[in-house]
Amino acid sequence: MSGETDAALAARCRAGDQDAWRELVERFSRYVYAIAAQGFRLAPDEAEDVFQDVFARAYERLDTLRSDDALRPWIGQLTRRCCIDRLRSRSREHPAEFETPDPEEAADEEALDKVEEALAVHEALGELSPDCQEVLDRFFCRDESYKTIGDELGLPGGTIASRISRCLTKLREVWEGRPEAPPASREQVTR
Amino acid sequence: MSNYDEERLAELLAVLPPAPVAWVQAAQELPLARAQLDELVMRAEADAAFRAQVLADLETALDAAGVEPRPAVVESLRRRLAR
Repeated sequence: MSGETDAALAARCRAGDQDAWRELVERFSRYVYAIAAQGFRLAPDEAEDVFQDVFARAYERLDTLRSDDALRPWIGQLTRRCCIDRLRSRSREHPAEFETPDPEEAADEEALDKVEEALAVHEALGELSPDCQEVLDRFFCRDESYKTIGDELGLPGGTIASRISRCLTKLREVWEGRPEAPPASREQVTR
Repeated sequence: MSNYDEERLAELLAVLPPAPVAWVQAAQELPLARAQLDELVMRAEADAAFRAQVLADLETALDAAGVEPRPAVVESLRRRLAR
C-alpha cells in the first residue's frame, strides 16, 4: 500500500500520469466494490457495471473535484449515485420483476457506515509492515486458510496463527494512535 | 479513534474483500481505452456517414476500434456523440 496522500495521487492523475491512475483504481477498488455489493446489495453483473461506470466517471470528471483532499468522499458519492442510477434503470427495464422501493432510499445505511469504518481500518493496516499487511489481508479480507497462506508464504500453519495474532495487536496499537477521523462526508464535493 | 478490540478490527477488515481482478484491470486500462475512444469520436465528428454507422451499433464500432465494449464505455461513447 502506497503512503501517498489522496490529494497527491489526485494531482498526479490530473496531470495524466497513468501509473497514478492505476494506483487510484487499486486504492479505491475495494471501497467501490463494497458500496455496490454490500451497501446496495447489487447482483455481481450490476455491481460490475457500476464499478466500471464509477471509474469512467471519475476519470472524466476528476477536474470537477473541488479539493483533492475530498477524493475519497467524492468517489463514495459517485459510487452511491451510480448505484442509484443502476437501480432506477433496472426498475424502468423490468417494472414488474423488480418492485424496488425508491432507489434514492435503497441503500443500507448501516452497511455503508460499516464500509466507511472498514476503509479507515484499511488505512491503518497500510501503516503496518508489509508482512503484517499481507497476512492480515490474506486471512481476513481474502478468506484464505492457514494452509493456503502457509503454502504461499512458505511458513508452517502454527506460525501463521501466531503472526495473525501479533499483527492484529499491532493493528490495534496503530488504530488507537490515529487521530479521530471526521465523520464520512455526504456533502457535495464537486465544483 | 474509537477503541476497538482485535475482534472488531478483524470483522472490519473482512468488510473490504478485493474486487475481482478483471474488474480492476479493466478500470486501470481506462486511459488507454479513452485514447482509442477519442480517436473514434474525432473520426465520427469529421465524417457524418461514419458517425451514423457508429451510432447505429456502438458495440460493434468499439470492438472494431479495439476497445472492449463494456457498458460503461458504450455509455461514455453514446454521451460524447450526443453532445
